[in-house]
Amino acid sequence: MDWGCFVIEFLQVIIYGIVLGCIISLGAIGVSLIFGILRFAHFAHGDMMSLGAYFGLVGVVSLQLPMYAVFPLAMGATALVAAALDRSIYRWLRSSTPIIMLISSVGAALMLRSAIQVVWGPDNKIYEAGIKLPYIFYGLRIKPDQLNIIFGTAVLVVLLHLFLHKTRMGKAMRALSDNMDLAQVTGINTERVIFWTWMIAAAMAAAGGIFLGIDTRLNPIMGWRILLPVFAAAIAGGIGNLYGAVLGGLLIGIVQELSTMVISPAYKPAVAFAIMVLMLVFRPTGILGGKE
Amino acid sequence: MSLLQVDDIYGGYGNADILHGVSMHIEPQEIVSIIGPNGAGKSTVMKAVFGLLKVRQGRILFNNKDITRRRPDQIVHLGICYVPQEFNVFPSLTVHENLEMGAFIRKDSYSEQLDHVYELFPPLKDKRGQSAGHLSGGQRQMVAIGRALMLNPSLLLLDEPSAGLSPLFIEQIFERVLEINKSGVGILMVEQNAKQALSFSHRGYILSMGGNRFEDSAENLLNNREVAEMFLGG
Amino acid sequence: MELAGLLTYFIFFLTVAGIYAVLSLGLNVQWGFTGQINIGVAAFFAIGAYSSAIVTTEASPFHLGGFELPFLLGILAAMFASGFLAFLVGLVTLKLRGDYLAIASIGIAEIIRLFLKNEGWLTNGVRGIPAIPKPLSGLTESGDALLFLLVILAFVFVIYMALERLYQSPWVRVLRAIRVNEDAVQAAGKNVLRFRLEAFVLGSVIMGVGGGLYAHFTTFISPSAFDPMFGTFLVWVMLIAGGSGNNKGALLGAVIIWGVWSGTEIFTSRLPEMWVTRASAIRIFLVGALLEFILIFRPQGLLPEKPPKTPGTARSEKSGVSPAAGRADT
Ligand SMILES: Nc1ncnc2c1ncn2[C@@H]1O[C@H](COP(=O)(O)OP(=O)(O)OP(=O)(O)O)[C@@H](O)[C@H]1O
Ligand SMILES: [Mg+2]
Repeated sequence: MDWGCFVIEFLQVIIYGIVLGCIISLGAIGVSLIFGILRFAHFAHGDMMSLGAYFGLVGVVSLQLPMYAVFPLAMGATALVAAALDRSIYRWLRSSTPIIMLISSVGAALMLRSAIQVVWGPDNKIYEAGIKLPYIFYGLRIKPDQLNIIFGTAVLVVLLHLFLHKTRMGKAMRALSDNMDLAQVTGINTERVIFWTWMIAAAMAAAGGIFLGIDTRLNPIMGWRILLPVFAAAIAGGIGNLYGAVLGGLLIGIVQELSTMVISPAYKPAVAFAIMVLMLVFRPTGILGGKE
Repeated sequence: MSLLQVDDIYGGYGNADILHGVSMHIEPQEIVSIIGPNGAGKSTVMKAVFGLLKVRQGRILFNNKDITRRRPDQIVHLGICYVPQEFNVFPSLTVHENLEMGAFIRKDSYSEQLDHVYELFPPLKDKRGQSAGHLSGGQRQMVAIGRALMLNPSLLLLDEPSAGLSPLFIEQIFERVLEINKSGVGILMVEQNAKQALSFSHRGYILSMGGNRFEDSAENLLNNREVAEMFLGG
Repeated sequence: MELAGLLTYFIFFLTVAGIYAVLSLGLNVQWGFTGQINIGVAAFFAIGAYSSAIVTTEASPFHLGGFELPFLLGILAAMFASGFLAFLVGLVTLKLRGDYLAIASIGIAEIIRLFLKNEGWLTNGVRGIPAIPKPLSGLTESGDALLFLLVILAFVFVIYMALERLYQSPWVRVLRAIRVNEDAVQAAGKNVLRFRLEAFVLGSVIMGVGGGLYAHFTTFISPSAFDPMFGTFLVWVMLIAGGSGNNKGALLGAVIIWGVWSGTEIFTSRLPEMWVTRASAIRIFLVGALLEFILIFRPQGLLPEKPPKTPGTARSEKSGVSPAAGRADT
């Protein structure tokens, strides 16, 4: 066995894992934020990622915009849809239980997905045709798109960090996540903070969805398929903990890709599931510790 | 005119009433203590005043304005702030951010008030960048009270500010409460350390089983044999 | 001719509604009685279908088979297989909080789906298993469909009656108590985990029956028949619309929602040409909207839960006016 080749192959797989991990992280951040504040697992989050990807498609194909302009547009549009979803559905269920909200989000997931199918059709789509040549460093291949995904995710995570720690609304979001009752007693307008939480979570999801579309292809079920790894990442990182969500995403992404060296790639999602169950059974607060 | 007037209120968390006709009043710049056994409904009275409870009957006036069924966020705007008995800081926010949250609804500059709070609780100034969850019990209580002061209220509701603190800290906290009062803030306080609390209060109410038992000046309550035996531990 | 066509359609409609009623009754044991959220109904449905198909079909070079067992043994195999899967899944996940179980259950469903698709030696992969025998077929000239409907209705009846009996039992009383206040049940010295595992397995066994019936009804199954929309989501809407916790509600929900689903087809078939290809997505959207509507305006469903009157539980019922009320699993 040639060890040099093996190491290169191994590192190559790690790179793929990081790329996938970035995409998963962007979804997991939103799931974690929403859980932290509204205390329910948002099953429509994957489909929000799909929606973001398709809004991106409108920007790229119909409006012929450059990628850097497509992002804010798609993220903003997805945020508006999330806010509308909250206003029209979730808001009326706030006084019910988290489990009822969860079931309602499963319904919302189906509505989003079928809306995507109605508007854009069920077939696979891509942002742009053609193959870009990868850069090669010491035998490791990395495509420009993949570099962009990693860089873009890093920028978004830093921006989110600044938002949460430097702005009034960001701090209020963290306060709500800590203790909703105390926030209310303090006079914070919790409904407004919740509104912003949806917008931010959806914007992150949209970016993740576009990256997923760049990395693979767009189809209406892409978001539902990635929902399991996204939840697994949020749980592995400690639900309600943002940096945990990023770490969890990278962990799930890397382990999923590494698993393809051992088992059939068809079973990749099973790996996310296995990590999630192990975490839930042995360390339910996640790597970095989160909310119970 | 009383600062706060509670008139014969009834109410509870579900169908059953916890409060059966509680009445009390606080004059401007008074410190009033509520004393009573566990489960007497002391915290429940505070929640009723702050709009966190369904008041079924009776009314609550603040500066002669009826606030009986107002929501907490409306009441805050009127100038009442509340420090709950437990979970009264945002643990993952820093000390400084906790205080900022206290001023969340202020549209004007609050840096003066911030300085005032740091002056009142000097230990907080050194810990301003630390997460509130990592502070000691006494410092956490300072953060909680400081947070409630950020709106410059005219009435402060304190639910057991000394609970779980060591005697040294209890002393410190009570000193601060007195100082806050001296600066013109009316204080309604629930306390387990009854004797100590009454010793610096103007008046006191003794609550048991959801109703008024005794009400008098703090001095008279401390000297009342029956009260001493039943509620002040001899 | 017209009438005959209508009759055929009616028989078809009731047969499918009957199969859904079985699934819905199974989910009622898990969600309605116990408050467990299983978003992987499709997995147990599929396992039931495949098990029964494999043990009853003739030998085939494309998939495991050749046992040619009779229909009823096929259903028994379906019950056993989905019950066993539920037992394994339950051992690991039932300790988890309610919403984690929900997440885990979509994982199970995904893994089963991948398994059925990729293990061709067993299932013939995406090409599926054909020629599954239909019981009682060929006995009469043209009454196959009607006879099979009677078989289905017999199953629905037996399961429904059994669950109604069960509903009066102390066992379900404990399940309901677990749903409302798990800690109190624990404190009363009951083994909560065991009760939950039993309920989860029982519900899944019933779903397995539904799967078996489905396989023999269509005589051909492939992984795409068990997608989350038809295998899981529709069943949830049925149970919630009918009334979680109420067996009659589960039946009623199955018939009504299947009716609504079929009705939307009549509506979408009138759409202009270019929309027809997207019709099924529009229908799914409408069913999603219907679920949200029910959750917001009538969470207890058409037939709200009616717990049997027993002195011991009288107090907890007050808080359970809506079946949704007691389901805070956090
Ligand atoms: N959130 C709640 N829901 C239902 N009942 C409650 C709630 N909080 C308190 N109670 C009940 O109301 C009664 C009065 O409680 P309260 O907290 O007002 O007592 P307290 O005098 O503050 O006691 P302590 O000294 O222990 O703080 C108690 O019987 C308690 O069980
Ligand atoms: Mg109290």
